[in-house]
Amino acid sequence: MELLKTFAAHYNYFITIFLMISGLFIVIARGNLIKKLVGLSLFQTSVYLLYLTPAKILGGTAPIYEEGYKLYSNPLPHVLMLTAIVVGVATLSLGLALVVRIKEAYGTVEEDEIFAKDPEAE
Amino acid sequence: MIGNPSAEAFVMAVLLTLLAAVTLAIARQRNMFGVVILSSIYSFLMASLMIVLDAVDVAMTEASVGAGISTVILLATLYLTGSMEYPQRRSVAIPLFVSIVVGAALVWGTIGLPAFGISDAPIHQHVAPTYIDFSRKHDMPPNIVTAVLADFRGFDTLGEVTVVFTAGIGVLLLLQGGWRLGGSRPDDDTEGDDEI
Repeated sequence: MELLKTFAAHYNYFITIFLMISGLFIVIARGNLIKKLVGLSLFQTSVYLLYLTPAKILGGTAPIYEEGYKLYSNPLPHVLMLTAIVVGVATLSLGLALVVRIKEAYGTVEEDEIFAKDPEAE
Repeated sequence: MIGNPSAEAFVMAVLLTLLAAVTLAIARQRNMFGVVILSSIYSFLMASLMIVLDAVDVAMTEASVGAGISTVILLATLYLTGSMEYPQRRSVAIPLFVSIVVGAALVWGTIGLPAFGISDAPIHQHVAPTYIDFSRKHDMPPNIVTAVLADFRGFDTLGEVTVVFTAGIGVLLLLQGGWRLGGSRPDDDTEGDDEI
């Protein structure tokens, strides 16, 4: 029973970690460069969750000031993650531009085929 | 979100489970179009979860940027590269092992964290009350996130704009370089400078 309680109290963190290692797995295991970038953005999104989860207070309200409400969730992680989302899409678009460039140069976006064409790249 | 705390926790658990399921589907999907659409679904689920987590501003940004712009640029890249399906040729044993070891270490580190959603966790004790009281006392915007973003931490946004600007220059240089006009790849960095 105690174990189950601990599990329920940390369920958010466990799912966050699952998303994180799924992103890591996709980045390492999949050869398609676009899929790798999708994995990278999964990893980034799990970090948003890692920051926002401790900021939440059950029974609290969103941090918008209004008479009659005393308990607000922590606004600071929200601010940090607003910045992180925009930086995330910037890195994603830069990575995709590199993929387009690689496709023009090598004619493929599969890592194995690129290595086969250019042994020095490995 | 004001309401029954156990109902909040239940909605969150459902959304988190759906997120995990979509992530599994992304990892298994071979069709790249399917992967892009699934990642869009993932972003919308994430935005819903952020609303339940009281991060309304972040949810709005995630829905427009994560599910909107990211999907559009991924689809545009698919159009340019034309890679729709890919075969599975490599072994997944080593990546799976690395991921599981990293995950186990993270779970081990997570056990000691305070339970989810309690109001006397250390994160709610020091800086957060100061921001909330200070922004109210000095007539800053009623949305405390806006107050912190614009009035307390404006330099963060300056850094963010710098990153976006740099990434934009990088994308422009990569996609509109001189090699297209010449029809061949440049062999060094200087070639093509006069065409830009």
